[in-house]
Formats: sequence, structure tokens, C-alpha cells
Amino acid sequence: MSDHYYDSADLKKFGEIGEEAPELAEAFFGWYGKVFEAGALTAREKALIALAVSHAVQCPYCIEAWSDGCLEKGADAEEMTEAVHVAAAIRGGASLVHGVQMRNHLKRLGM
Amino acid sequence: MGKVLPTLQKRHDALASGAAQQTVLAQVPLVRSFPDSLAEVGLLPLTATGIEVLQINVGKKCNQTCHHCHVDAGPDRTEMMPDDVVDATLDVLASTDIPTLDITGGAPELHKRFDEMVIRARELDRKVMDRCNLTITQLPNYRYLPEFLAEHQVEVVASLPYFKEGQTDAQRGDGVFQQSIQALKDFNAAGYGDPASGLVLNLVTNPVGAFLPGDQEAMEVRWRRELRLRFGIEFNHLFTITNLPISRFLEYLRESGNLEAYMTRLVNAFNPTAAANVMCRNTLSVGWDGVLYDCDFNQMLELPVHPEAPQTIHDFHTELLEGREIAIGPHCFGCTAGAGSSCGGAVT
Repeated sequence: MSDHYYDSADLKKFGEIGEEAPELAEAFFGWYGKVFEAGALTAREKALIALAVSHAVQCPYCIEAWSDGCLEKGADAEEMTEAVHVAAAIRGGASLVHGVQMRNHLKRLGM
Repeated sequence: MGKVLPTLQKRHDALASGAAQQTVLAQVPLVRSFPDSLAEVGLLPLTATGIEVLQINVGKKCNQTCHHCHVDAGPDRTEMMPDDVVDATLDVLASTDIPTLDITGGAPELHKRFDEMVIRARELDRKVMDRCNLTITQLPNYRYLPEFLAEHQVEVVASLPYFKEGQTDAQRGDGVFQQSIQALKDFNAAGYGDPASGLVLNLVTNPVGAFLPGDQEAMEVRWRRELRLRFGIEFNHLFTITNLPISRFLEYLRESGNLEAYMTRLVNAFNPTAAANVMCRNTLSVGWDGVLYDCDFNQMLELPVHPEAPQTIHDFHTELLEGREIAIGPHCFGCTAGAGSSCGGAVT
């Protein structure tokens, strides 16, 4: 067993997830592929969203895969960094906006 | 421009030799070989389908030393196509109906007979393409080029990796971006990029790193918008070209620890449709010394045409060359990955 949970090489094994449930895997990977095709959004824009979400869910596999994906859709480091800031802002904002809950509680308890 | 880097040859690096590069590539473990990949889709042996493009590499001298250059070109290179090879090449053009002369280098405009080659090929009513690094037109003795090329209706294929300065200069050298933008404005002023003029200005972009290029069509839309908004520049088409693991890009891959991963990326992206349309099938490449190759990449690896075919431009024979078996190696995965790659961009 490796001495850490996340190994970059494990990403290549993702397809093996279908061994026990092939129909579910086929449905997932088919849908996943369609999601990232160019549509109302370009493939590059979708890759940047995927990169931001990868950071929000803090998935090392996704971050590596979508860093590659962004570059191969023609995005650059400046755009990718701004996308990560969007994710960080939403995560930070999501924490901060819960201060409203704290303030509500303070008001209930305070004089 | 900023500091000019010495070439592999100037540094006496082993990778200056094509044979040494072939050895390095042969040692990279791959899940399947290029011949096996072709065999799986019924393309082995890979054969030429004709000669529609005569691509001549007139010399390795260049005013730039781009980090990804597969030619290992630079100011310290002295190889230049001698007169007898230039004459033989023009004779071949005159005695055949090959429709296109594609002139490359180095910076091909540095060749003393560049203008003459253009004029004579155009007199033969052949399409002429100049693979231009753009900055050459900003040197005092070469400012005439946009007007000259326009006068002779030469198609300009210009290198510009990105529409931003940082990425462009990272690949091509400090100061290249600003000079390239000025050069593109000069080409526009000469009529290039205006659909009404018939003067074609195509741009070439190579990824700035160890990854594959994006979708050519989508990138062209974005480039057109960005170059127009930022600089008022117009162009005809954008060609995306995959970096091949040759010369200085091979050096970069090896030194950055990316060689095996990059080769794996190319192998995994093998596209049978791209393989069927690779440019070597309708191109004949002439080295500065007159030796014949299937493409400019094989030229830099010193991998000449099949031994049963004529070996130099002096021995040119259409029938013996137009259906020749093409020399292949692991580097060929660069032209068959994804949407494919050629001197004219994606092939699918």
C-alpha cells in the first residue's frame, strides 16, 4: 500500500471503476464526455469551469486532469489562475456569508 | 531583441546529431510502436500518394533561437543551400507540375537567392509559401519583404505562438512578441489578411510547453477576436501545430522530465484519420545540401527517403518518388495525435 492516498498514476485506473458496474460506468463516462463538448459554452470555457470546480471540491486528480484540459483547449495560465480565484472566492464567500447565521444567533441571545 | 541562445550545435550537445536524437527517442518506453499503430489501421507500410508540395529548407541560419525549434536554427548556424542545389530545385519545379513550393529554414529570407527563388517559382505559376518568423522583417535589410512578397503574391505562413507577450517571448525569445506584432501590422499594410486582396497571411501556433494544441477552429475564432481588439491585426487562418520531440524541443522535454509523459500523451492521442492524412504523403522535403526527405522533421533526424528512392534533388525522378515508402519513427506520433498536425495545421 502506498504511503499516501493520492497518486497521480492512479488517475489512469479511473476506467477500472466500471469493472463491477459497467452499465453505470458507461452511462457516466458517456454523459461526462458530452458535457465537455462545445455547445452554448466553448470547450475552453467549460474546461476553465471544470478547473475552478476541481479546486472547489479539492480533487487532486481533477486539478491535474483539468490543468491539462485547459492548456489543451487553448487557455493560458492567467485565465486558469483567475478561474481558481473564482472558486476560492465562492468558497471563502460561502464561509463568510454564514456569518449571517452567527449574527442571527447573537441577536437572539443578546440583550 | 534580448539574449540570443546558442544552438545545440554551438554548445556541442550530443542532440545536435540526428542519429543521437533517434537513439534517445528509441529508448522511450511506449505502450505501442508507431509501425504497430499504423498496422492496426491498415496503413503499414505508409506510402506517399504523390508530390503536391516541394518543401525546401534553404538553410539553418536564423535571427532567432526559439526554445522549441526542431531545426536547431540560430544566428550561429552557417548551413545554406548552395547554388547547385538551388538550381537543381528550380529545374525540378520547371520540369514537373508540382503545384506548390514551400520555402522554410531557419529564416529562409536570409538566403542570398531567396528573392530569385520566389520570382522564378512564381514565373512558373506555382504557389509559393514563405515560412516567416516575422521578426526578420524588422531587420534593416529585410524591411522590403512585406511589399516584395505581396508583389509576387506569396502566401505567408507566420509563426506566432500566442496573442500575449509572456507566452510568445517564453518560447521565441525576449522582445519577439512586440516585433512580431509590428511585422503583422506591416503585412496588413501591404494588403495581407484582407480577403479582397487575395494576399494570404496564415498564422502558426505551437503550444508553449509539453501539451497538445487546442481545437484549431475554436482557437482561430478567439485569435481573430483578440488580435483585432488588441492590435487591429487581421489574418486569414490559424494553424495549430504539435511540437515534435526533435532537437531543442527534445532537449526541453528531457531536461524538464517531460519526455516519457509527452510521448505517452502523443501515443494515447493516436488518430487513424490523422494518420491517413499526414503531410509526408504528399510532400517532398529538400535539405539545404540537396538530400531528399519525407518531411522537415525526418530531415532534422537525418532520416532520408527510402533507400530505393532517389536520394538527392540532383537525382529527382517523379515516378520513383511519388509512391515511395515513407521513413517512420516514434516522432511520427506527433503528426498523428489528436486532430493531427502538419505544416498546414490540423489534418482532420
